[in-house]
Amino acid sequence: MLDIKDLHVAVEGKEILKGLSLHVGEGEVHAIMGPNGSGKSTLSYVLAGRDGYDITSGSIIYKGEDLTVMPPEARAARGVFLALQYPVEIPGVTTINFLKAALNAQRRARSESEFDAMTVLRLVRDKARSLDISEDMLRRALNVGFSGGEKKRLEVLQMALFEPKLAILDETDSGLDIDALKLVAEGVNKLRVPGRSMLVITHYQRLLNYIVPDRVHVLAGGRIVAEGGKELALELEARGYSHIVKDAA
Amino acid sequence: MSAIEQTRTQVEALGEKYKYGFVTDIEMELAPRGLTEETVAFISGKKGEPEWMLEWRLSAYRRWRQMQEPNWARVKYPKIDYENAYYYAAPKSTKDKPQSLDEIDPKLLETYNKLGIPLSEQKLLAGVAVDAVFDSVSVATTFKETLNKAGVIFCPISEAIREHPELVRKYLGSVVPETDNFFATLNSAVFSDGSFVYVPKGVRCPMELSTYFRINASETGQFERTLIIADEGSYVSYLEGCTAPKRDENQLHAAVVELVALEGAEIKYSTVQNWYPGDENGLGGIYNFVTKRGDCRGNNSKISWTQVETGSAITWKYPSCILRGDNSVGEFYSIAIANHCQQADTGTKMIHLGRNTRSRIISKGISAGKAQNTYRGLVSVHPRAQQARNFTQCDSLLIGKECGAHTVPYIESRNRTARIEHEATTSKIAEEQLFYCTSRGIPPEEAVALIVNGFCREVLQQLPMEFAVEAQKLVGISLEGSVG
Ligand SMILES: Nc1ncnc2c1ncn2[C@@H]1O[C@H](COP(=O)(O)OP(=O)(O)OP(=O)(O)O)[C@@H](O)[C@H]1O
Ligand SMILES: [Mg+2]
Repeated sequence: MLDIKDLHVAVEGKEILKGLSLHVGEGEVHAIMGPNGSGKSTLSYVLAGRDGYDITSGSIIYKGEDLTVMPPEARAARGVFLALQYPVEIPGVTTINFLKAALNAQRRARSESEFDAMTVLRLVRDKARSLDISEDMLRRALNVGFSGGEKKRLEVLQMALFEPKLAILDETDSGLDIDALKLVAEGVNKLRVPGRSMLVITHYQRLLNYIVPDRVHVLAGGRIVAEGGKELALELEARGYSHIVKDAA
Repeated sequence: MSAIEQTRTQVEALGEKYKYGFVTDIEMELAPRGLTEETVAFISGKKGEPEWMLEWRLSAYRRWRQMQEPNWARVKYPKIDYENAYYYAAPKSTKDKPQSLDEIDPKLLETYNKLGIPLSEQKLLAGVAVDAVFDSVSVATTFKETLNKAGVIFCPISEAIREHPELVRKYLGSVVPETDNFFATLNSAVFSDGSFVYVPKGVRCPMELSTYFRINASETGQFERTLIIADEGSYVSYLEGCTAPKRDENQLHAAVVELVALEGAEIKYSTVQNWYPGDENGLGGIYNFVTKRGDCRGNNSKISWTQVETGSAITWKYPSCILRGDNSVGEFYSIAIANHCQQADTGTKMIHLGRNTRSRIISKGISAGKAQNTYRGLVSVHPRAQQARNFTQCDSLLIGKECGAHTVPYIESRNRTARIEHEATTSKIAEEQLFYCTSRGIPPEEAVALIVNGFCREVLQQLPMEFAVEAQKLVGISLEGSVG
């Protein structure tokens, strides 16, 4: 599904990712943990195709295609989805309109027929209910005045709506209360199907109790410095990053 | 003979001469080049106008001769040679027009298609020769019957001058006097045609009035003149322009619109202006110098201007409200988009004369490319205007690094009980907003359109439904080429 080899990425001339390699197989869920500033969000932006993240060397192959040459919208249409650590506010654009525009843009790019407003509303309503997102929120401007938790839930709603093949969740659990965390985790687990892979970035082992990963990677200093099964997350929780990072250095 | 008398005889002589000229030179399509009293008389004669109208035009003309072209707006353009322009052209005969859409600029046609305009109307808008009868003619007829039943007069102003002289004489120039400003005065001298609306006492006009419906009835030309009168307790909503870019060979456009709202009456005036803005370097675009003013003459009256300005190389336009009646309300909702080399200097004036008068100004300016966009507004509260209220909000959005936005609010308050609030913001489309959209599959141009439409939402909501949908598409189209 996703094959990253010796990836080097610079932002404004400063190297952030320094030879990162990662393989995610079809249907697998991988967790990425690591200290603040280690490059986790940078990796997620590079996968989604954000401007200003220069790949100086290395490769990203997604479903046999070179991802790096595609603009973000083409990646989205091919099934790459990024739930942002900090979702963005767009004043005046109602949430439901945004969802419709995005869904139809993806469908158009895949030469599928577009959905009318009623169909989109029906699709969204169902998913919104299970994530405890009210109709009122759907009619408000996108993310404007949403609480931190509401923003994160809306990201998961979008994942459910777009049905991506590769979902990258960047700290989707941060800022959620315990009930919301359960809702979100349930939402994510429902989407866990054989054809869909996930990259779950988190600081907390707690999330991984709900979303049990196939592999756990530790990202530090722009490289994967350790990996293992789900027990690695428990070890990190108990002992912190310092010994691993030291060992790697 | 006194000077006045002398002029009068001269005018009468001219009138005679040109009435005669009209008969013999029936084939003649253009008034002679340049602007003289004879040109003015020629135009008046062509229209078969009564003498009082000719005199009114001539007094405007003489006044115009002594006026200077204003230069305070933040717009630059080569000097207009008024002495060497044509001021009247009869509707072209079909043989001089392009014979089919094949002869029309493909870019224009592309835009029509994006807007989903039917072929027959595309031809009309592009000025293609058509002699077939349109569907819209029958629409226009039913339309006229409904209005007649309600007692609403809606006709070309040239017709109103002939058929309803008492109304025209009473109200024409009563809001924008023929001496008002350089462009309005020029318009008063040489106006070609325009719309006239009269809504009788207590009547709620049964439909949105739109010049769109009139498009085949008459060609309005470059000096359009509109007069709308809402009598006591009446209501009318008027839609001007259309979203499709109109081709026009005349570079200078100087329209005048006058609105009169009597006691308890309400006028809602919506404009979508999309004249040709010129190519990417601004070549060949329209100069649009418009004077629009509404007079809330009666107590409890209301005038509301909504405008979406996306076209023209230069826009110079300040729809205003004179809040004369007590408790009267003035509103101005504006979207001005300037892309490439367009220049827009637009805003409003709210003149509070009566007690408890209220005004509300919402202006959304969008600049992209190398465009310059200026909001210029005046809120003036006169001593008698106890408890006057104004709220102004001016938001500017910049797309790219080479464009500019400027806000020039003037406030004059001569009554201590007045409350005036002004808010202004300038923002950019943030890279993270664009990325958020593109990462969800929305291509950059569509993303810009979406974000800009969001930015303009408060104003778009003021437009009548069908117009709003078209206007949204238009916002996207006018910003094409502004990213990446
Ligand atoms: N535009 C930029 N210019 C310079 N440095 C940047 C820029 N953007 C990010 N960085 C740096 O890149 C490093 C990695 O940032 P990133 O956001 O990827 O970290 P992270 O692992 O997601 O951290 P956190 O756990 O706090 O979310 C940080 O040191 C950050 O300061
Ligand atoms: Mg991060």
